[in-house]
Amino acid sequence: MSDILIIGAGECGVRAAFALREAGHEGGIALIGAEPHLPYERPPLSKTAPTAPKIIAEEAGYVEAGIALMRCSRVESINRAERRVRLSDGSALPYKKLLIATGARARRFPGMEAARTLRSLDDARGILDALGPGLRLAIIGGGFIGLELAATARKLGTEVTLVEAAERLMARIVPAEIAEAMAGRHRAEGARLILGTGVAEVRTNGITLADGRIIEADMVVAGVGAEPETRLAAEAGLEVANGIVVDGRLATSDPHIFAAGDCCSFPFNGARVRLESWRCAQDQGAHAARAMLGCEEAYARVPWFWSDQYDLTLQVAGLPDPSLGHVRRDLGGGAFILFQRDDAGRLVSASGVGSGNAVAKDIRLAEMIMEKGLRPDPTQLKDPAVNLKTVLKGVPA
Amino acid sequence: MSEWVDACAVDDVEEEDLIRFDHDGKTFAIYRSPDDDFFATDGICTHEHALLADGLVMDYIIECPKHNGRFDYRTGEAKGAPVCVNLKTYPVKVEDGRVFIDVA
Repeated sequence: MSDILIIGAGECGVRAAFALREAGHEGGIALIGAEPHLPYERPPLSKTAPTAPKIIAEEAGYVEAGIALMRCSRVESINRAERRVRLSDGSALPYKKLLIATGARARRFPGMEAARTLRSLDDARGILDALGPGLRLAIIGGGFIGLELAATARKLGTEVTLVEAAERLMARIVPAEIAEAMAGRHRAEGARLILGTGVAEVRTNGITLADGRIIEADMVVAGVGAEPETRLAAEAGLEVANGIVVDGRLATSDPHIFAAGDCCSFPFNGARVRLESWRCAQDQGAHAARAMLGCEEAYARVPWFWSDQYDLTLQVAGLPDPSLGHVRRDLGGGAFILFQRDDAGRLVSASGVGSGNAVAKDIRLAEMIMEKGLRPDPTQLKDPAVNLKTVLKGVPA
Repeated sequence: MSEWVDACAVDDVEEEDLIRFDHDGKTFAIYRSPDDDFFATDGICTHEHALLADGLVMDYIIECPKHNGRFDYRTGEAKGAPVCVNLKTYPVKVEDGRVFIDVA
């Protein structure tokens, strides 16, 4: 019998399974995944032409750790009173603790039913295998997935048109200056960007835009956000509000059930947030594992995102707030970082873009400055000659 | 068999930091610890292709700039997800203000 069941074998569930062993759990662990593949990393799917998937751990790793990896398995329902789940093959599995790590699914708005989406390895194979000269690709949505796919497609010589309903790219997560830098690069690489225009309908041979224009395309992919997979939780009577509601320990309204990763809504800085982030999925998986074993600590990591487009990498630590101004740090070679501080002077976000890993070190230090709740001097943030490590070590909280 | 290679001057590496060193088609990373000792490892992360020289050194940990994989640069030990494969390390000696690593 497995003491601990994990529903969802993505980054979060896999991380949780291994973290249970690292934390000394000796009972059974079952990791239930719907896909036929060994658990793999999703971020590369939109960034690289299809090769072998980047798996999270070899099959032997699960065996050695005593993790029962169940592929092609779907959980149909959770019976909280009897503490067991029912699988689609009719079998039932009991649990002492249950982790829901079901992630999120690609969203489609009305009229977009005919568009492909990019979320799984099978999705990626269907899309990326077709890229190349002669293919006209239309992408709906100027967020990370749409833009990464646009960059990958352009590198392979595909004709790319990207349509975004908002007036600028990545409006949900990065400041305008960074979005503009990225838009400039996409245009320079030959991608056609149509901003501020909605989609009326996706057809087999293209898109009809809200203003009546027609974009002819051989393939249409929608990258217009994701919705948390909350069905099991909702049907089991757990509280759901834009994600499965969890407390700081990542416990749901049932003390035997936890939720982590893209599917959960957790407390952060006095608000509730739901993130779609590879690192958050990992960190919360590990945190939920410890919490299921009795750890009382609250999850408190600063959000962190990245995106690779062409040779540019964008990194964000914290959650950018459109109502706050920013301090700009220019790192040379066109790389720059925008810092935001709250009214009390505490650093709340750092967003940067540059070639390769130009912004990585400073973004990481900014994240650590945020974790400590420090109030850095803006003149130091602005000056690239000032090593942020001295700011991290030198500023009183 | 040792093959000592002159990698850099002591002053080329700041305390609690690292630099990249290329030799014979391979990339290495040379570290200077907070207590002024020198270490050397492979220069590329074991998770995905990324130059560790762009990463952050805190105490005895090098963190990869790409996805935050962490290693103890003294032993090469991978310190948890997403990295699970250790970094190869190389012997280091300091003579006359120069840092040498044994690439054999």
